[in-house]
Amino acid sequence: MSTDDKNQPSNIARREMLKRVGAAGAVGAVAAIPATELARPAQAQSKPPASPQQPVREALETLTAAEADVLEAMVARIVPTDENGPGAAEARAAHYIDRALTGPLASSKPAYVSGLAALDAYAQSSKGAPFTKLAARDQDAVLTDLEKNVAKDFRPNAAAFFNMVRNHTMQGMFSDPYYGGNANFIGWDLIGYPGIRMVVSVEEQSMSKPPKVLRKSAYDEAMFSKRGEHHGH
Amino acid sequence: MATNLKKTNVVVIGLGAAGGTAVLPLTRAGLDVVGLEAGDWLRPRDFAPDELRNNFRGWPQSVQKANSEVPTHRRNASAPYSPRPATHPMMNAVGGTTLHFFAQAWRLNPWDFKVASETTRRYGAARIPKGCTVEDWPFGFEELEPYYDKVDYEVGVSGKAGNLKGKIDPRGNIFEGPRSREYPMPPLRLTEFTEHMFGAAKKLGWAPFPGAALINSVPYGGRSACVYHGYCTRGGCHVSAKNGPHITTIPKAQETKRLTVVTRAHVTRIEIDEKTGRATGATYIKDGVEYFQPADAVLLASYTYENVRLLLMSKSKAFPNGLANNNGQVGRHYMTHNTSSRVFGLFPKNINNWYGTQGQGVALDNWADDNFDHGALDFIGGGSLFVYSDRRPIDAATMPTFGRPAWGSAWKAFVKENADRWNLATMQKTTLPYEDNVLDLDPTVKDRLGNPVIRITADWKDNDRKVSEFLREKMKQWFMEAGAIATENAPVGTQGPSTHAIGGTRMGDNKATNTVDRWGFAHEVPNLGVMGGSVMGTSGARNPTLTIQALSWRTAERLAQAWKSIAV
Repeated sequence: MSTDDKNQPSNIARREMLKRVGAAGAVGAVAAIPATELARPAQAQSKPPASPQQPVREALETLTAAEADVLEAMVARIVPTDENGPGAAEARAAHYIDRALTGPLASSKPAYVSGLAALDAYAQSSKGAPFTKLAARDQDAVLTDLEKNVAKDFRPNAAAFFNMVRNHTMQGMFSDPYYGGNANFIGWDLIGYPGIRMVVSVEEQSMSKPPKVLRKSAYDEAMFSKRGEHHGH
Repeated sequence: MATNLKKTNVVVIGLGAAGGTAVLPLTRAGLDVVGLEAGDWLRPRDFAPDELRNNFRGWPQSVQKANSEVPTHRRNASAPYSPRPATHPMMNAVGGTTLHFFAQAWRLNPWDFKVASETTRRYGAARIPKGCTVEDWPFGFEELEPYYDKVDYEVGVSGKAGNLKGKIDPRGNIFEGPRSREYPMPPLRLTEFTEHMFGAAKKLGWAPFPGAALINSVPYGGRSACVYHGYCTRGGCHVSAKNGPHITTIPKAQETKRLTVVTRAHVTRIEIDEKTGRATGATYIKDGVEYFQPADAVLLASYTYENVRLLLMSKSKAFPNGLANNNGQVGRHYMTHNTSSRVFGLFPKNINNWYGTQGQGVALDNWADDNFDHGALDFIGGGSLFVYSDRRPIDAATMPTFGRPAWGSAWKAFVKENADRWNLATMQKTTLPYEDNVLDLDPTVKDRLGNPVIRITADWKDNDRKVSEFLREKMKQWFMEAGAIATENAPVGTQGPSTHAIGGTRMGDNKATNTVDRWGFAHEVPNLGVMGGSVMGTSGARNPTLTIQALSWRTAERLAQAWKSIAV
């Protein structure tokens, strides 16, 4: 079975490395990016993180290690790491999805389990290797087949699976970092979001002088914290 | 067996824009009121600027009864079902959907009350489309003006008058009906971008004006002014500047000590006395226990879909087809605004649309209603145009790509450059009621209690589509005049579940074609009032909430003034 192949040691090691370096924005070394991408100098251009990162804790809350590997590889092509900076891998979009699949997106778990297996099977049958082993351009070709709904054996169909993962990847890229994605504000920096502000002045709504970029979560504001409005912060 | 509660004067079903407004005139008139609300109280700490939770997850921290009651939809009686949305367009809470609505605060224009007669007078009766069931309202704009005025001042609306007692002021909407006094607050400020759009409209010879909003532009009612933080769409206001009934009319009614608010009350049935045919109260389930709340009068104010559903579910010997439905009119004359067919404009530089609110914008009424000559056109009605400042990160990143890929490196380069270079205009259009656009109970799909959900059978008709096409061209012209480099149309779509659901319990003097009378009380059940967009007979070309609030105030005031003839 091809699904068993994904538990081979090289993949586990790759995932371990990703865990250690991924969210720290340790650019260029991100292992979810196929080797063809690693040669690109692009990563070096992205800004270093503003502050030293805490150790990254990411439990596999919903997906198996094998499923998570395929998902990591898929989201890394939906928002690639390239000359325009870090992508979904560094933003930890797959971690966001894995967490949400145990909570608000729980009803989508069966679609992920069957869809990720179908993706790997389709990669094997159309390109001769598991999805994670393909070069970036072959991964893109496979995902294009899903998007165009020409890939078979997906339930209900390949396009629905692709669109679901794309939508959730966007959530993982661009939602509040509290939810486990948008690590280091990678998503918000990409689109130039100037940040959460509690009060916005006339000047901060002007076109000619863009507002200063603030990097914080809504839940850095004590008034929205679960702990109550008056806890020290 | 339901637990019988102590009788009250009036039971109000739903404490949103409609019911939450009505409780103030009722209690001030000395009536005891029980308000049954399916949701809960929320407070500013619930209103974090969190796009994922608010815009994508349907407020999971709150009771969302409606989410198990999402209506089904089909385009016509022989069409397959459309995909069913995961969440209901409206929310359950004290204050209802005013917690997260756009808060645009429009009065209907005088034409909206007389679509049938004005069209006939100006263009001939043949211009009313075949199959269209439109009637004039039982009264004109001037009858509702005093109630609009009460809501403007008691609840709080910001804006600039364009017609003060007949005197036209071009700083406001020159097409509006005469208002008795100026708004209590000046309009929300424009942004550099919306000022720019304002100027472009002027260059076209049009008459732009700042939008009116149920939002404090300055401190009002003891509450703060808007802080323009950008999370108003489907987000509650953490500084209480967005004027829903939960912070205005409901607390004022509570001060009278005559209002009892019951939260998490899931109403399942309106009861009647089979002998007299009069309403006796409402049955509801709270936390798994069933109660019966008796009342002298019942006011149904639970949004269009739920108003129709509760009436159709409340069958009895006297009303075998549903309450107040022996004339078969409940569920008829249904329409929404065609708000899905919008226009995106793409600009060559960043417009800084990240902050603000949907109420903070520039409006245009030149192409709405009958404000322009339709003599050479092949449709009636039109639409309002509205450009505002509002953008959140997921929304920005999932912008239309104007024909480019929606993922991968090319997409990433595109959004990196353009995430803040687009604007999406609101275009609310005249929609007409037709004999085959209807609401009924779904024969198979149930809510979590096992009761049928509403089934919408409705689609856009020729007139609606022609209005859409016409408006798109006008909006495109406006964006291009302002320097846009491209525009893209959103699909016209179909008439599925909407936040602007109108009709279903229409108001009118004709007992054969309307469910409620000119005051909002059922023709067939005199002590049952219905409030909300469901009583409106025409769509207007603008957000309906202010009209719903004005109508609700009027129905409540009528109940208090005619108490002996209606309720006793």
